[in-house]
Amino acid sequence: MAAEPAWQRLLAQPWLWSYLAAASVWAATIAFTQGQGGGQVLTAAFTFAAFFVIVGIGQMFVVTLGPGNVDLSIPATMTLAGTLAMRIMDGHEALILPGLALALGCGVVIGAINYGLIRALRIPPIIATLSSSFLIQSTAIWYNRGIRIKPPPALAEFATAQVAGVPVLAVGVILLTVLMHVLLTRTRYGRAVLAIGQNQRAAGLAGIPVDRIRLGTYMLCATLAGLCGYVQAGFAGGAALNMGEEYLLASIAVVVIGGTSVAGGNANVPGLWGAALFLFLLVTMLNTFGLGAGIRLVMTGIIIIAVIIAASGRQRAR
Amino acid sequence: MADPASPVVRLDGVEHRFGAVRAVAGVDLAVAAGECLGLVGHNGAGKSTLMHVLAGTLRPDQGALAVQGEVLTGRYDVVVAQRQGIRCVFQEFSLCPNLTVAENARILHPALTGFGWRAQAGRLIGEALDRIFPGHGIAAGDVVGDLSIAKRQMVEIARAFTVTDVPVRLVILDEPTSSLDAMVAGQLLAFVRSFTASGGSAILISHLLGEILGTADRIVVLRDGQVVATRPAAEFTRDSLVAAMGSVAKAEPGARPAAAAGRAGTGARIRAQPARQTDGQELVVHPGEIVGLAGLAGHGQTDMLLQLFAAAGRRGGRTLVAGEVALVAGDRQADGILPLWSIAKNITISSLRRMTRFGLIDPAAEQALASEWQARIQIRTPDLEHNILSLSGGNQQKALFARALGSAASILLMDDPMRGVDIGTKQEVYGIIRAEAAKGRSFVWYTTEMDELAHCDHVYVFRNGRIVADLARSELAEEKVLQASFAEAAA
Repeated sequence: MAAEPAWQRLLAQPWLWSYLAAASVWAATIAFTQGQGGGQVLTAAFTFAAFFVIVGIGQMFVVTLGPGNVDLSIPATMTLAGTLAMRIMDGHEALILPGLALALGCGVVIGAINYGLIRALRIPPIIATLSSSFLIQSTAIWYNRGIRIKPPPALAEFATAQVAGVPVLAVGVILLTVLMHVLLTRTRYGRAVLAIGQNQRAAGLAGIPVDRIRLGTYMLCATLAGLCGYVQAGFAGGAALNMGEEYLLASIAVVVIGGTSVAGGNANVPGLWGAALFLFLLVTMLNTFGLGAGIRLVMTGIIIIAVIIAASGRQRAR
Repeated sequence: MADPASPVVRLDGVEHRFGAVRAVAGVDLAVAAGECLGLVGHNGAGKSTLMHVLAGTLRPDQGALAVQGEVLTGRYDVVVAQRQGIRCVFQEFSLCPNLTVAENARILHPALTGFGWRAQAGRLIGEALDRIFPGHGIAAGDVVGDLSIAKRQMVEIARAFTVTDVPVRLVILDEPTSSLDAMVAGQLLAFVRSFTASGGSAILISHLLGEILGTADRIVVLRDGQVVATRPAAEFTRDSLVAAMGSVAKAEPGARPAAAAGRAGTGARIRAQPARQTDGQELVVHPGEIVGLAGLAGHGQTDMLLQLFAAAGRRGGRTLVAGEVALVAGDRQADGILPLWSIAKNITISSLRRMTRFGLIDPAAEQALASEWQARIQIRTPDLEHNILSLSGGNQQKALFARALGSAASILLMDDPMRGVDIGTKQEVYGIIRAEAAKGRSFVWYTTEMDELAHCDHVYVFRNGRIVADLARSELAEEKVLQASFAEAAA
């Protein structure tokens, strides 16, 4: 066991597969274009993957709490947080930080409401967060009324800035990812989440404050969704009511493809990046091949399912 | 083939093991037609295992089994038992809660098919209920999940006595009255008498000795998986039955000096009352004391421990728990083990607060704590980083002890933690418990093993969720514990 060679230990890493998948999809794309635009594709991939990763981190912590735990209100939270922040800032650069605080605070409150529904009313998380997302989305519609307000120019610049082809936003999110990796693996909070995901009753009897940890996790998830909504609105030149749409499936797919166990208790932060890059590059590849929209969607679905099956088969074999 | 003169069932030298534990160790048992056999014994004496062998749900490792003189060893299972007219009412409910009473009755009777089976099944179960529990107030169309526990138990019993194609020869009743009130229980016992008078046979298991003495023709006493007494019921009295069940009171092993006098004084770490206690009896635990919770399994001891565990985080309330607590689970899989983690992580989970520096867990401190307890409690493993499930059951239990003992808790709650642990491990752990108590830690120890009570300074006996006896170390005797555990509600 202890004398296991390094390459074998590397192969056993659950995040490896998502990076391999991302790399091969990218290789297939540039092979098709004969080396044209490989760099631009990567830049775009890192930019869009960064958004997936922000929400993926939150979803990963929630999923790790154990079977049945999932947050379906991420898209609605993104929309509401983006909308609120854009309208309060109203294009003023002096309000960039208060706007950010508002977006994050919006997430904190929504997370608390979500867990309140789950705990006090004993509603399963999947129903609780889905129904709260209707309330949140309706609030956003009522508040926004279809007006698209531009973000402050400095925020828009930051969200789209690149240094030598490297998106600044992606660098920021990589730092956030490192921070979250430490939170998961080296802090008492991270240990508690992993323990609850393995056996909630045993974790409680070992002295872990189960309710407080679960509440904190739902709040963390919604706060990250708020952050993502804020940055996304800055990136896309304003908050739109459908801005969260693709993030429902993406947030879950990124977690699962990244090697986090859907059964809970076993999470993986590095894999989120591989999975997010893979998701974006997959669509890019199918676009490059010139496939129609219908075929593209079907292929995306099939490939995601295949990767998940491959990943879960490998976990069983261990 | 079937021979009317031979016993309905006959067991010869039946043995059944669970791992290293011989739950049933060579039992001979015969039930004659028209006989009601009473079966008594303390927890873990092997009663339920033996009944599962009769029901066909467990296959004996050794021994012969015959029904009506026909030897069925090796070919016997649930289906055969059904066909032979052997029915069981176990402690665990077997009704499907989402189905109606009639539909549940149908499950036992594959013969009810075709148009109108539901009405037929309804009539069948209705008649059985009317016969056994007149005035029961249960309709065949009621969904079982909506019924009270007592009514569910009544349906369960009545169903065992329904007949379509196979006559009922033998009914096994395992604690059938535990959730029935006195009047309904009386109806049941009267029916059992009339059933046996008309030629049927029954095996009755109950911890209410009065029921056994009043209903059974013959009583078999089990202890440690063996039959220790078989006599007509008329030759037993309550006291002689209790004496037969327990081993002879013996000198206390590993006696330790009695805890300092003055228990009544102040300075108690724990003062608590079970939720169902009606008199003023309290559970009191002082620093450095080992307090035992005794009585039959499932009579409120675990609830008491959970009540203490929950109260430890709070102030005020009726339950006083002054100090940090840690719990050693008895049901390892459900309440203890974190199965994806290493042995080390399983040990340190309750001590992480002490090992956190600048918000981060210090891996060196974690390693040190795990190694220290591995050495002290002798967890047998080549590497603490291996998965917890790589350990044997006894060593997993040691890891859970290490988790609790290694924490900062001054009060340790133990929920029958020695279940399935071998004797060598037990002796090691007893030694550590005594040493830690001498250093001032308090232990609240629920145990179903009489021998372990000898390690306690004070013992509270539980029955039906209440403390019914409060025995100091000097008064502790097995018979007193048994007497209190089995006392009748009316007595």
